Amino acid sequence: MRKPEFIYVTYIETTPEQLWEALTSSKFTRRYWFDTEVRSNWKVGSPFALVMGDKTTDTGAILEADPPWRLSYSFKHQWFEEMRNEPATRVVFTIEPHGGIVKLTVTHEGFIEGSKLLGAVSRGWPAILSGLKSLLETGKVFAIPPAALGIEQFN
Amino acid sequence: MNIAKFKPAIVYTIYIASTPEKVWQALTSAEFSRKYFFGNAVEVDLRVGGAYIVRTPDGALHISGEVIECDPLRKLTVTFNVNWPALVEKLGPTLVTYEIEQAGDAVKLTMLQSHDRTISDDILSGGRQGWPAILSSLKSVLETGQPLAIKMAPPERMLAALKEMGIATP
Repeated sequence: MRKPEFIYVTYIETTPEQLWEALTSSKFTRRYWFDTEVRSNWKVGSPFALVMGDKTTDTGAILEADPPWRLSYSFKHQWFEEMRNEPATRVVFTIEPHGGIVKLTVTHEGFIEGSKLLGAVSRGWPAILSGLKSLLETGKVFAIPPAALGIEQFN
Repeated sequence: MNIAKFKPAIVYTIYIASTPEKVWQALTSAEFSRKYFFGNAVEVDLRVGGAYIVRTPDGALHISGEVIECDPLRKLTVTFNVNWPALVEKLGPTLVTYEIEQAGDAVKLTMLQSHDRTISDDILSGGRQGWPAILSSLKSVLETGQPLAIKMAPPERMLAALKEMGIATP
């Protein structure tokens, strides 16, 4: 059995520096991450939060920051009641040059067996990372209504 | 073929600024697939029981299969058997399903690679390496007109595992 985790790989026509900026600057994340701000100073040990409008949806702390190659933070869900009680998880972004383009690997791990949060993030990450790729390659992002993701709590 | 006992081993979802018609065309046309599928050409007779073939850039038969489900613009399921001697005999058939759905201004494309038995992580590493590159490039072609220049090393871990099982690989 594989451990409960979510792994997503995508290839983007961009530079490692631009990708790092897009992952850590709210100016970018608000455009592709369902209007979410990322709040942190990105120093190891500093707090991290995702804020959607007036709701803090997730919180954590920076575990690793090696710009523009590797970023990880702990990730504790704070919004939906049935996921709020699950333990903190961990998100790791790995950025690698791949020929003239960039390979991004996102690993979200540390879920309990039967985790509801794993089901939700498995539906959320592909939409977020597809929007990120479009923004970096075309300057534009499509609008996906959260209800279209198939996440029960958004319906 | 009864596909009830097949379970997805690899699932990859990507959202594309396009239309279901264009995504369907990208998945089923030889000319289009050459742009994003490492130069390989998909040739498919779009009816249940029709042939599904993938040819390498030099025209050699790489993958052969047949159409199992065909619901144009929504769903295509095919057997997707790489043409290496003894592969199907040892691993069973591989099934690939593409599902296309409108999601707001985008199209949600989901690829599922399914098997009728447990397949080792070593063997699945080939698909886990290949699909994200193929589908990332497909998205780029549809959104920008240009494929990604992804140079992919051979899937060594998978090839070693296949060799170990007595499956002849190139």
